[in-house]
Amino acid sequence: MAEVLEIQEEHHIDHLPTPNNGEGGEDSPMKISYGKTMMWYFLLSDAFTFSAFLISYAAIRIAQPWWPNPNKVFNSFPGMGHANVPLGFVSVMTFVLILSSVAVVRAVQEGHRMNQKGVMFWMVFGILGGVAFLSCQAWEWNHLIHEGLRPFYNPFGPDANGITHIVEEHQRWSPGPIAFGALFFGITGFHGFHVFTGVLLNIWGFTATSMGVFHRRGHYEMIEKLGLYWHFVDLVWVFVFLAFYLM
Amino acid sequence: METTSVIDPIAQSGHGTEHAEHQHHHTETFISKYIFSLDHKTIGKQFLFLGMFWAVIGGLMSVIFRIQLGWPDETFPFMERLFAAWFTDGKLNPEAYYSLVTMHGTIMVFFVLTASLSGTFANVLIPLQIGARDMASPLMNAISFWLFFTAGVVMFSSIFLPTGAASAGWTIYPPLSALPQTSPGSGTGMTMWLIAMVIFIGSTLVGGLNYVSTVLNLRTRGMTMFRLPLTVWALFFTAIIGILSFPVLVSCCVLLLFDRGLGTSFYLSNIVIGGKALPYAGGSPILFQHLFWFLGHPEVYIVILPAMGMVSEVLAVQSRKPIFGYKAMIFSILGITILGFFVWAHHMYVTGMNPFIGSIFVLFTLLIAVPSAVKVFNWITTLWRGNIRVNPPTMFAVGFVSMFISGGLTGIWLGNATIDIQLHDTYFVVAHFHIVMGIAAFFGMYAGIYHWFPRMFGRMMNDTMGYIHFAITFIGAYLIFWPMHFLGLAGVPRRYYTFNEFAAFSQYANLNKVISITAIVVFLGQILFLINFIWSIFKGRKSPQNPWQANTLEWTSPIEGIHGNWHGEIPEVYRWPYDYSRDPNSDVDFIPQNVPLSEAEKKDYVHH
Repeated sequence: MAEVLEIQEEHHIDHLPTPNNGEGGEDSPMKISYGKTMMWYFLLSDAFTFSAFLISYAAIRIAQPWWPNPNKVFNSFPGMGHANVPLGFVSVMTFVLILSSVAVVRAVQEGHRMNQKGVMFWMVFGILGGVAFLSCQAWEWNHLIHEGLRPFYNPFGPDANGITHIVEEHQRWSPGPIAFGALFFGITGFHGFHVFTGVLLNIWGFTATSMGVFHRRGHYEMIEKLGLYWHFVDLVWVFVFLAFYLM
Repeated sequence: METTSVIDPIAQSGHGTEHAEHQHHHTETFISKYIFSLDHKTIGKQFLFLGMFWAVIGGLMSVIFRIQLGWPDETFPFMERLFAAWFTDGKLNPEAYYSLVTMHGTIMVFFVLTASLSGTFANVLIPLQIGARDMASPLMNAISFWLFFTAGVVMFSSIFLPTGAASAGWTIYPPLSALPQTSPGSGTGMTMWLIAMVIFIGSTLVGGLNYVSTVLNLRTRGMTMFRLPLTVWALFFTAIIGILSFPVLVSCCVLLLFDRGLGTSFYLSNIVIGGKALPYAGGSPILFQHLFWFLGHPEVYIVILPAMGMVSEVLAVQSRKPIFGYKAMIFSILGITILGFFVWAHHMYVTGMNPFIGSIFVLFTLLIAVPSAVKVFNWITTLWRGNIRVNPPTMFAVGFVSMFISGGLTGIWLGNATIDIQLHDTYFVVAHFHIVMGIAAFFGMYAGIYHWFPRMFGRMMNDTMGYIHFAITFIGAYLIFWPMHFLGLAGVPRRYYTFNEFAAFSQYANLNKVISITAIVVFLGQILFLINFIWSIFKGRKSPQNPWQANTLEWTSPIEGIHGNWHGEIPEVYRWPYDYSRDPNSDVDFIPQNVPLSEAEKKDYVHH
């Protein structure tokens, strides 16, 4: 506690935008600036987009006679050949994304202390984490495409099957339920698109920080807003991870 | 009162220094002032003009397909000369008929009553009524309009495709909308429809975020949440509904695009076309309906709430009485907002849904009648013994209440699964939603336009033309849609191209003629409105600063419309917006929100 107080004394304290019109008007009931209000409402909106996708996933999946066993589908690790590492790689991906979120938390904290160098330092790790996650995703997609998974075709037949062995008449042309590939590419792709956008935004945030834009402004609220988005993307991954890899 | 400070008021606002810097470097050119404007008043007018363009297109489409329904045996060579691509031997092609019905619905629901209604009045009224210099982000506000414009360009171009515009109905149910081989309109036209809608949703999202944060953050001193005019409350909740429901339509459209383009099977299963089994498996068209109506139902509240808010304001001002039940009005909007998210499956009673689930949706649907009835009673009690001024805004506001009651009552019928199974997909449904959502929202919009026209253009609209417009529209709308209830009760299905082949339905041929003739007359009545509108912009009587003697802040801002809305300081607010006929001994029957409480008032003023 004493240490934290010391740090705050060393640096300037930021002057965040007021939660009102800046002309003595009424405060927002949430006591946050208009920019953060917008970001929170945007995240609510985006949460509904993802919810719609994940509910569609659930609705389609429970209508299938069986579903590929994730332990058998996602069991490869780069550089380990045919070794069976169920969910090993995706655990690394998830860990990298969470670490990246932690780095952005630190960047926001340094922003509150008006520490330009500190913000830049931690934003670099946030960006690297995002790029690493996207690279992992690219490898995994490539690997699954190599194994034959397509939006309209699922090679993971009964041997990768988790529940029963019934194969419906109309599904014979595709060994597994074909919705698997479509949902996997659709939803992890949509999440990956969010990570990609987040990385671009974070790069912009880093550049603006390094040019001193936020320092002159007197506050690093923009980094905080970028942080909100980044944590949201991280949080969504938890649900995507749960849906595709754990269930 | 007026301070002598003439520095740019925007620069003082200080919400973000980049904003202020931007304004300082800004020199107004024609393009920056009228086309790529960042001023909320100009953007509001842009939404209004573009909405009018779309309303004319959408209305004209209905006239064309009403001609087909009214005179299915006649030929119309002159129509063929005008719309050669849609007619063969003087008769409307069935494919063109379905495209017209689809585009009429899409344009009216989304482009006119969602984008233009909210876009116009949220832009014009929110900053002016809450006492803000502009929107929270003027740039995002402009982006919202230009995304709407772009969506419109895509949608409008699709009409001129050789295969025609989308034709699967405005609800675009798959598999019809998913498989190009099912109909010409399911080809490129459908793809463009989906792309246009995704762009359109971007526009509503950006706009909605701006409206919400402006209302929450940029209120002037004294303007507490419970001193906001009901227009602002309504537009605020409308924006929230849009923010929460439109993203689900994005998901819905994206999955449909995948089914169309990537061969996925989200909505498709077990389909045989021309004796050939398609490889789609495991998808569900019912899933599409759930996703679509999760937006589709809140959408009707997005359409009707702004109209409700404006009618509340207009009725209080024009009957010179405080709105009856101010807080009841707010909480009924909130109730409608929340309940509106739990009723979507009442559009799907005939999909084979479990009757138990159906009964839950019946319950929630009928519950919406409660806040709706609260609002209706409050409007009537606001009018009750009021000093009512008869003018076009009042007429349209009262007309709105009439339409909302008529259409709302049939909603109670349709909300019951047992009745809906009989009436589903008949003209009864067409009658219901046109009256309660289409016509009522249009009446609210007209009330708003007549009422705030002086605020937007500094001139008054012509009253005589306004009365004629009202009479044609009010009588005409009932003449068109009232008989449709009986058609629906007799089982006449909607969306049919002609009823000639059905003995049970062709007996209503004369009724259909009457409906079609009235539709044409009503369309011409709207042209009269347009003439009045355009004429009044240039030649209308100059408006005084506060033409209706209203209390809200927009009438304290210079009527000519200045950048930043107020010279010097923004007025401070001391009271709620409905202090009408408060003091029987006073010469004036209104006390604007920026008038401080008098010594006498301080003793017994009930603070809102």
